[in-house]
Amino acid sequence: MPSIWTFANPTRFMAVTQRLVPAFGGLAALCLIGGLIWGFFFTPDDYRQGATVKIIYLHVPAAFLAINAWFMMLVASLIWLIRRHHVSALAARAAAPIGVTMTLIALVTGAVWGQPMWGTWWAWDPRLTSFLILFLFYLGYISLWGAIDDPDTAADLTSVLCLVGSVFAVLSRYAVNFWNQGLHQGASLSLDAEENVADVFYYPLLVCLAGFLALFVALVLLRTRTEIRARRLHVLRLRERMADA
Amino acid sequence: MIRLILRDLALAVRAGGGFGLGLAFFLIVTVLVPFGVGPETARLAPIAPGVLWIAALLACLLSLDRIFAIDREDGALDLLATAPVPLEGVTLAKAAAHWLTTGLPLSLAAAPLGVLLGMPWPGHLWLTVSLLVGTPALSLIGAFGAALTVGLKRGGLLMSLLVLPLYIPTLVFGADVARRGADGLDPGTPLALLGAVTLGCVAGLPFAAAAALRTSLR
Repeated sequence: MPSIWTFANPTRFMAVTQRLVPAFGGLAALCLIGGLIWGFFFTPDDYRQGATVKIIYLHVPAAFLAINAWFMMLVASLIWLIRRHHVSALAARAAAPIGVTMTLIALVTGAVWGQPMWGTWWAWDPRLTSFLILFLFYLGYISLWGAIDDPDTAADLTSVLCLVGSVFAVLSRYAVNFWNQGLHQGASLSLDAEENVADVFYYPLLVCLAGFLALFVALVLLRTRTEIRARRLHVLRLRERMADA
Repeated sequence: MIRLILRDLALAVRAGGGFGLGLAFFLIVTVLVPFGVGPETARLAPIAPGVLWIAALLACLLSLDRIFAIDREDGALDLLATAPVPLEGVTLAKAAAHWLTTGLPLSLAAAPLGVLLGMPWPGHLWLTVSLLVGTPALSLIGAFGAALTVGLKRGGLLMSLLVLPLYIPTLVFGADVARRGADGLDPGTPLALLGAVTLGCVAGLPFAAAAALRTSLR
């Protein structure tokens, strides 16, 4: 059983992910097409929400990934700070734009659903507000990556920002809870909750969730591969210039 | 460390451009608010705590680049990095000096400005208390943001993008203390939480800021 750290070697990472990207991409396509068609056309309308309930198949997986992408960035940043594996730092960088897109999807689908259901596009509800704050954290993280030229310095500083940001993101979540009462419904998928989404909606939702997750993995791997190639290209260019000089 | 605080204080007072300007900015923002929303007390009084907190936050933000940028330019930061005091201590001292030159005067000036915005009586007291307890956290978070962006050419705008989201918990609790005080409710709970945020910042952020500084100076 090889250790997981063997994949910190960029060459080995590239070799393995070359096969993983199409696999996860195919899985994502399969689950998303299947789950969305199942969810949109073969589940009944909710007795109160009507057809608007079906936005759940986009909203919940996007929100789930918006948070977990940040969590993945946190783990990758820690690995970079502790073990200095470049692949890890690049994976964190690759995940950020995907995370910000997921946050945006969750916010927009939520607003589209909220208009007919709550009668408003936006309310300063704790969950909505925390997602907006998460969005701001993503923006800060991405712009810090963009602002620094030296890749190692950028990786270090963004990792520190990611750690501190995680603490403050959790803190903001509780502060915001304290600050305003909620309109948003509770968790709909917890394993231990008494009140969950009904089974008819639950199973297609799980398929969509798996599809989004596979899509996320495929995109992160793909973008990490791109980052590694860009880094190699950069080194090749430098070498060429050195040879010329 | 005490020496470092005194040095920064002397620089802030003598070199100009820092000490009074933050206060003047605070005053101007507060004066602009009635022009924006209308002069009626009934409209100004409820939003006064929040407005004053946000104005204090912005005044704090404006002076952050002084913390490390000037020392970085003239090379003093490199000397500080090799000094016997660890960089964590340097960060803490710098944040303390920043608080003494911005946070403390802002807290004291907030009460008269509260009168301008028509805050009812016990509110001024709680506003000052909440600013006194909360602004050290603003200085520390700001020092962290300044440490992250110290190596950049035009870091100012980026720093506000990084720092302002981190200010959210302090702002929520601080403004709530002032609001509850003005409404005659018990502000104990948010005040305790505000104190907890500040103490957490004192305990943790110097390490993060020092790590960022070491990277930037490498």
